[in-house]
Amino acid sequence: MVLAELLEIQERERAARKPVLITCCLAAGCMSSEGRQVKEALDRAVQAAGLQDRVEVRGVGCLLLCCEGPLVRVDPPGVLYQKVRPADAASLVDTLQGGTTSVARADLNHPFFTRQMPVVLENSGRVDPERIESYIAHDGYLALRHALRELSPAEVITEITKSGLRGRGGAGYPTGLKWATVAKTTSARKYVICNADEGDPGAFMDRSVLESDPHRVLEGMSIAAYAVGADQGYIYVRAEYPLAIARLQVAIRQARQSGLLGPNILESPFHFHVDIRIGAGAFVCGEETALMASIEGRRGQPRPRPPYPAESGLFGQPTLINNVETFANVPPILRRGAEWFAGIGTERSRGTKVFALAGKVRHTGLIEVPMGIPLRTIVEDMGGGAPDGSRIKAVQTGGPSGGCIPAEHLDTPVDYESLTRLGSIMGSGGMIVMDERDNMVDVARFFMEFCMDESCGKCIPCRAGTVQMHELLKKILARRATARDLTTLEQLCDLVKNTSLCGLGQTAPNPVLSTLRFFRHEYQTLLQPEPWKPPAPAAAPAPPA
Amino acid sequence: MNATAPAKPVGSAAGHPSGDKRFKILEVFIKRQQQRQDALIEVLHKAQELFGYLDDGLLWFIAHGLRLPPSRVYGVATFYHFFKLKPQGAHTCVVCMGTACYVKGARQIVAALEQATGVRSGETTPDGRVSLLTSRCIGACGLAPAVVYDEAVAAHQTPESALARMKGWLTNGAG
Repeated sequence: MVLAELLEIQERERAARKPVLITCCLAAGCMSSEGRQVKEALDRAVQAAGLQDRVEVRGVGCLLLCCEGPLVRVDPPGVLYQKVRPADAASLVDTLQGGTTSVARADLNHPFFTRQMPVVLENSGRVDPERIESYIAHDGYLALRHALRELSPAEVITEITKSGLRGRGGAGYPTGLKWATVAKTTSARKYVICNADEGDPGAFMDRSVLESDPHRVLEGMSIAAYAVGADQGYIYVRAEYPLAIARLQVAIRQARQSGLLGPNILESPFHFHVDIRIGAGAFVCGEETALMASIEGRRGQPRPRPPYPAESGLFGQPTLINNVETFANVPPILRRGAEWFAGIGTERSRGTKVFALAGKVRHTGLIEVPMGIPLRTIVEDMGGGAPDGSRIKAVQTGGPSGGCIPAEHLDTPVDYESLTRLGSIMGSGGMIVMDERDNMVDVARFFMEFCMDESCGKCIPCRAGTVQMHELLKKILARRATARDLTTLEQLCDLVKNTSLCGLGQTAPNPVLSTLRFFRHEYQTLLQPEPWKPPAPAAAPAPPA
Repeated sequence: MNATAPAKPVGSAAGHPSGDKRFKILEVFIKRQQQRQDALIEVLHKAQELFGYLDDGLLWFIAHGLRLPPSRVYGVATFYHFFKLKPQGAHTCVVCMGTACYVKGARQIVAALEQATGVRSGETTPDGRVSLLTSRCIGACGLAPAVVYDEAVAAHQTPESALARMKGWLTNGAG
């Protein structure tokens, strides 16, 4: 494909636009509540009304407000209908001809929508994820073209470095620095890996990005491959995301057919191939060295670093590994400039972050907000607070590696450093709200059970430590533990944190440590007095024989 | 091997094809991977898709096809939760136990289903009708608590709605 063809597709797509656009969410959330049937019913209703020349019905990715799905947007007049049933299709089409409908509308002026700042999700709910033309019509692959035609690999890296983008998988390592390290190596073979093994329970950001806009991830990976000098890429997706896998497969096939993947991309000397690797249900494979072992067809067990993947990664070659959301940020940075991106967010955390807001809030779904936004704005304004009049007690971020932030710290800005200071982490973006009915000791036990089951068993602190910590938490919950057990638990936390091989073990104690820090009283009320008495003081005279 | 398995051991024909076409399909798949040993996980996925689960004979067949030691194949198959070494029930019911589902009552759903089926999560009813499983997180947190009945995700479940859904599957008196 050459530039002229790219622009021609863009032109053709834009010319084919019809006056009215009905978009139906076909991401996993809405699909599970008859989203597909709603779309088909709308197709039929438009045909029946004879409006097919004026109205386009398009299946799109996530429309964000998952709890009210299936969602349908009609534009104009710009109305979002919620909980749409297939039987409602005729009345929705009728509204275009002056009719009325009883289907409930979502309030688009609610902070849930108005406080969002879509960068990664800019195409979500707009492009058809199964048509490359739809992505191209929304400026897709222009960033790749810009990189290949006008920038040297070093200039691409400079641009990413200047933008201040940090890894969105959780740890927040500067992306530009990582790219530069891989670019510096001289190996003939290098790899780019997209980590889509979104294993944190309570997180569905990457799934939504892949289902809503798969080409954006491919474009980001291609730009990265060009920058670091790789010609082979892998996307490691978890098997639990069949829809995301299917859409990626379609996207890769289309990109190959259009010459946007494969040899001589956009008439340049740059070659890049991408293959999908499907995970098999092991949380530890989110850890980069374990993930690479899994791609190599082995047990997903981590190995010590260094050497880092940037020097010796997949098949022993230099490997760049980034998360889905990180790659999804790359095309807009190149298209709109590093300064624009760096202007969003805070001094040390630039850009936006996508969160999966769930748990005890009124509005659950996908949100993208600028870094530095107070947690309170997210859970109280956007999320609408706890339902049924209960009060928010804590917000859990970072999954099993993160912690619980108590309600009194809700004014904390959401950025990498602030969350770390509170004993949690940014994590990949799962945000679970808990209310006063949730027992924090049980929450800690829940995560410990998770880590215990998912420990790969390679290093002893994690393998045995998580079992012991889980036992202690169960004992505390059963009201059989004493203050000594709590001390043992704290010692174990310290030991497992400091001596485990990989991130799984090193962060496994975090949920316990953070709940102990802010909700210690909940542990203490469960403790029993010591069952044994200290020996009587020596002063007591021995009874006469 | 589960003694109550209704099917005969699926891998019994390894090495000397019994006429079961599925082995042929798997063999072609292995050849298409150019017998690359790093394709092991893909091959296991394919085998499970064809046979429903991976028994010892099937694992031998794969080891032979990829020229890998059986210990390596067995080690990988047992490492990943997704691979099943025992036959699954005619129906599967997967209760999501992700954080969002957990705080919204997934545990009560599991408890109710365990009671109704008479098996614990991770097990299959003795008549082979239903496998009751839990998942780490299916990523449908906006719909919590979610349950997957035979691949179809159902949102906002309660112990009552889950039991109603399971009723038709358990008519043969299991549990």
